[in-house]
Amino acid sequence: MWNDTQVRESTARLVPAATTPVTPQQKEPAMSGYLKIERLSKAYNPAKPVFADVSFEIGKGEFVCIIGHSGCGKTTILNVLAGLDTATSGNVFMDGREVVGPSLERGVVFQSHALMPWLTVRQNIAFAVKSRWPDWNKAQVTAHVEKSVALVGLSHAIDKKPSQLSGGMKQRVGIARAFAIEPKMLLLDEPFGALDALTRGTIQDELMAIVRDTQQTVFMITHDVDEAILLSDRILLMTNGQDTDAGYKPGGMAEVVVNPLPRSRTRADLHHLPGYYDLRNHIVDFLVSRAKAH
Amino acid sequence: MKTASLNLRAALVSLLIFICFVGAWQLATKGPSIGGASSGMTAEEIEYAKMMGKDPGAAKSTGFPPPIEVAKATWAHLSDPFYDKGPNDKGIGIQLAHSLARVGLGFLLAVIVAIPVGFLIGMSPLMRKAFDPFVQVLKPISPLAWMPLALYTLKDSDVSGIFVIFICSVWPMLINTAFGVASVKREWLNVASTLEVTPLRKAFRVILPAAAPTILTGMRISMGIAWLVIVAAEMLVGGTGVGYFVWNEWNNLSLTNVIFAVLLIGVVGMVLDLLFAQAQKAVTYVE
Repeated sequence: MWNDTQVRESTARLVPAATTPVTPQQKEPAMSGYLKIERLSKAYNPAKPVFADVSFEIGKGEFVCIIGHSGCGKTTILNVLAGLDTATSGNVFMDGREVVGPSLERGVVFQSHALMPWLTVRQNIAFAVKSRWPDWNKAQVTAHVEKSVALVGLSHAIDKKPSQLSGGMKQRVGIARAFAIEPKMLLLDEPFGALDALTRGTIQDELMAIVRDTQQTVFMITHDVDEAILLSDRILLMTNGQDTDAGYKPGGMAEVVVNPLPRSRTRADLHHLPGYYDLRNHIVDFLVSRAKAH
Repeated sequence: MKTASLNLRAALVSLLIFICFVGAWQLATKGPSIGGASSGMTAEEIEYAKMMGKDPGAAKSTGFPPPIEVAKATWAHLSDPFYDKGPNDKGIGIQLAHSLARVGLGFLLAVIVAIPVGFLIGMSPLMRKAFDPFVQVLKPISPLAWMPLALYTLKDSDVSGIFVIFICSVWPMLINTAFGVASVKREWLNVASTLEVTPLRKAFRVILPAAAPTILTGMRISMGIAWLVIVAAEMLVGGTGVGYFVWNEWNNLSLTNVIFAVLLIGVVGMVLDLLFAQAQKAVTYVE
């Protein structure tokens, strides 16, 4: 009973604008729509779209996380934003132009780091840098590569092959590669999913520091509620498609939670901040009772 | 220490097997010498017999040669490998060079055809399905079965030999290249896409290195088959090469030389395989 009220209260306080479910007509708060996603849907089986009518915006310099159970279509959305996949319907606009394919403007960090195992760390990042700036000479490339590697603290391992690195180090290289091309936006597909808790914490801190320094716009998938709260300005909650009494209901954006915690939050003081537990409980309750995993 | 001692023990056992084998060979070929055929002949008679092509003192008339004869022949061949005394009497080095040149040319042609076509088949599911029936039918054909057609159309025994090598090396390379290219990890291609890498650069910098170990495996299999086939092909077309050398020495009834050639073919095949193993090692990556 007490718990119920608590949650309802916190919901009201945290998301004044968004009563669930968010309809696409509703305007997002103040943020300018640097990235606009309009009525996106994806259907492998036309009768049962995985998700439908997904609309949201991401402002410049904003860090947005998306949470939902497996199969709700998070990765599909990210791949559509990256230009690696196409939606069944709907549009994505970035900076006023429609996204129709992969582009150097959007750096992607893949869940499985996706480093090329036959290249060293230096060569992996140089490959990206040379793709971004084909006219650069050797010295320029080298300097930029070394700067990018130093950003994630891996200068000592720059000439090693990925197979000689730990999981955390590999993911750091993946992040360095994405940052090296200086994209307008960063897309992270559950980048820390395969890492142990301690490594995950360290790299979260590093990512947060780099993102704040560079004012990078970030869209990130995660399964970790604390990670979302620590890193993001807004958290998108997604439901899975499900069969109800009234027929099949596709998955979609259920709610947008604005993170009320100060941006200066750190991993160490996060759980002491007022409002942290309300926010966390709200998201966990959503995942447990409303998101409906299969 | 442990591995060193294992290697040492293995070497000792190998040596033992070798000694047993040579010993058994020696015992099996020791029989009564027929070399006495020349006894009771005058010098003139012996010379006459030699002129008639019947050397009464020659080792070949004593049945299957013992190991020491083969060792002597080996030494004789290897100490003067490059002499050329007419079409039927060339040093073993020259014969070997002819065989290797044919294998090399045929293999190179196969590489030129199989790698690009393999790329095409590997990258396009449509092409894979379209090419599949042809590959399935052509692959099991013995390369020597092409020989009459090759001789008729190409009208040159040397070129036909090269063609036969080409046709037998092309399939393993083609199939392995297509498989290697088709199984390049999606994520590496995605990285290339998000970096807007040009198709040519993607082919050479991402797909080729990713598929290289599989392609090299195909090349290694092809080279093994090519070396098997060249001996048979040269027996058929004649003229030059180790295969022809074997056939020629059989016609001379010189089993010593045949055994020497057989051993040489084995050693060269092993060296070729080792070369490809090294190349394979160089392009293999650990994930």
